[in-house]
Amino acid sequence: MVDTQTVIGDLILKNPVLVASGTFGYGDDCKDVVNINQLGGIVTKSLSLKPRDGNPPPRIVETASGMLNSIGLANIGVRKFIVEKLPYLRTTQTKIIANIAASTIEEYCIVLSMLDEEEGIDGYEINVSCPNVKEGGLSFGTSCEMTAEITRRLRTLTKKTLIIKLTPNVTHISEFARAVADAGADAVSVINTLVGMAVDIRIRKPKLSTVTGGLSGPAIKPIALAKVYEVAQSVNIPVIGIGGIMTAEDAIEFLLVGASAVQIGTANFIDPAASVNVADGIVRYCEQNKIESVRSIVGTLQASKELSVVRSWQ
Amino acid sequence: MLQSFCPITSRQTVGANIYVLSFRSPQIASTLQPGQFVNIKVSESGIPLLRRPFSVYHTDGDDIKIIFNVIGVGTKVLASKNVGDVLDVLGPLGRSYNVSDGYETAVLVAGGLGVAPLPMITKSLDRRSKVLVTFLGARSRDHLVTTFLENVHTATDDGSEGFRGTVVELLRSILSANSFPQPKIFGCGPNVMLSNLSRLAEELSIPCEVSIECAMACGIGICQGCPIEKVNGEQKYALVCKEGPVFNSRSVLIV
Ligand SMILES: Cc1cc2nc3c(=O)[nH]c(=O)nc-3n(C[C@H](O)[C@H](O)[C@H](O)COP(=O)(O)OP(=O)(O)OC[C@H]3O[C@@H](n4cnc5c(N)ncnc54)[C@H](O)[C@@H]3O)c2cc1C
Ligand SMILES: Cc1cc2nc3c(=O)[nH]c(=O)nc-3n(C[C@H](O)[C@H](O)[C@H](O)COP(=O)(O)O)c2cc1C
Ligand code: FES
Repeated sequence: MVDTQTVIGDLILKNPVLVASGTFGYGDDCKDVVNINQLGGIVTKSLSLKPRDGNPPPRIVETASGMLNSIGLANIGVRKFIVEKLPYLRTTQTKIIANIAASTIEEYCIVLSMLDEEEGIDGYEINVSCPNVKEGGLSFGTSCEMTAEITRRLRTLTKKTLIIKLTPNVTHISEFARAVADAGADAVSVINTLVGMAVDIRIRKPKLSTVTGGLSGPAIKPIALAKVYEVAQSVNIPVIGIGGIMTAEDAIEFLLVGASAVQIGTANFIDPAASVNVADGIVRYCEQNKIESVRSIVGTLQASKELSVVRSWQ
Repeated sequence: MLQSFCPITSRQTVGANIYVLSFRSPQIASTLQPGQFVNIKVSESGIPLLRRPFSVYHTDGDDIKIIFNVIGVGTKVLASKNVGDVLDVLGPLGRSYNVSDGYETAVLVAGGLGVAPLPMITKSLDRRSKVLVTFLGARSRDHLVTTFLENVHTATDDGSEGFRGTVVELLRSILSANSFPQPKIFGCGPNVMLSNLSRLAEELSIPCEVSIECAMACGIGICQGCPIEKVNGEQKYALVCKEGPVFNSRSVLIV
């Protein structure tokens, strides 16, 4: 038996595979095709204080090995989530991580406090980095001080596991990781989507209603890996790797460069059971390679320090 | 909703660049309602990455059929599939047409490959109590696919068959010259056509359901990628994949 347990803050996950925010709804849509109890955890769609309609269509466009989205954090709002979605989530045997988005620090605090009164939520992931919302969102995530300040404030409000989800749309992501680690975060999720764009040349218009959107899928995996590697080298808190993971092999790359756990995003759209398949595949890899514990391979990349990207860039 | 792996049982060319694929899917075939769709992973190679949605065109025992024309990378890959190849299919998805009550004459109206859901409506109508009339428009004779349909009036842009002009113009002229007992319109086609159709239905006070197409990533309600603006209601948008693809034409803004 391979030991797949993974620790993130106070959370003990049964395996290192979670589903990423915004790519699995609120966990109740795919009951028929995927057994979420086989996952390490579920990260909810970003929850905001008030329900959000989201951006006008078109909100998605496929690009080479990826997709752009400009959903704009469409969500049912924290109250409705508590009343309509949480009762089902409480009945599951997986960890429930509530992702929170807001446009002011106060709003982050209110949403977290509301959720913190409820049973059934195991931790929080803070979205400081959505590229699709003009106010707040990315502008928070691209200011190191603001990101640290949000972390500090939220840290005083909860004892539960607090994860900050970082944007790659900054020059040095590791500075942000260090700042939130110092401010009391239990872990960081790396990465959210990258700002991207596509143009319809027949009508000379952007293919998304918001002009630019967030790029996800296999196209971003090399970038995500490099960001996870960079962050893992610079902080002592766990890193959750996200970006273009389609298979167990992809996930293992993330573990090797230093991720303690991974999240599956866009792959859920192509195969709702992708996350469970990744979890199974990690076990098979460990069995085949006589690895007793998944934790033992985290950050075991054989790379020469002197040549590492992080060094040469700093 | 189920994920099933379905062997292709036949592939036919039925018009200019128009294909019909049949594949075995007993579970989908036995539960499918007219207007529902399937989301197909057309390739294992990751090109294209996302699934492609298709209305179910017909069911035949354990088999379901889709009809499509090649317009891009996904449909190109699909058109090159062979009998025996296995498709990864999610379905049945979405809300169906309400064919059961509230009308006596079913008026089926489609533009181009909007014809796709019409055979399933035709098949599911209770003939003891319902009359059926079908209107089909296409670019030319080679783009009209009338198989499985009944009592068909056709329109073509180039006049190569039937009425010269759009299917909605044809419908207007026939509705004004004839009176059908308690009609209800079931429409499918490009947005321009559906928006004209909705206006006509509104004008003549005929109930009308339309099936809408839009870009989709998941097809199952988890990405929020497929909104259509609602006319009123608590929320601004409905999700086409979950609350549609069939909508009451008065409930959504078709642009
Ligand atoms: C609920 C639903 C049911 C559908 N049923 C059918 C069906 O029964 N038969 C069928 O042929 N198609 C149907 N479609 C549309 C079908 O999914 C698209 O034709 C398909 O996604 C095109 O894929 P592609 O990879 O070949 O084209 P892509 O490479 O994705 O697109 C090629 C080009 O065509 C444009 N394009 C994409 N979709 C459309 C469209 N629908 N109309 C016009 N231009 C488009 C794109 O913008 C792009 O410029 C349905 C769509 C939905 C949402
Ligand atoms: C359609 C879509 C919606 C998303 N919504 C959210 C969201 O609400 N909150 C968030 O923190 N991240 C959101 N993300 C980002 C993903 O959680 C993930 O970080 C990103 O897509 C990269 O992973 P992937 O390549 O595996 O998809 C969304 C991504 C997509 C594609
Ligand atoms: S296509 Fe994903 S929600 Fe409709």
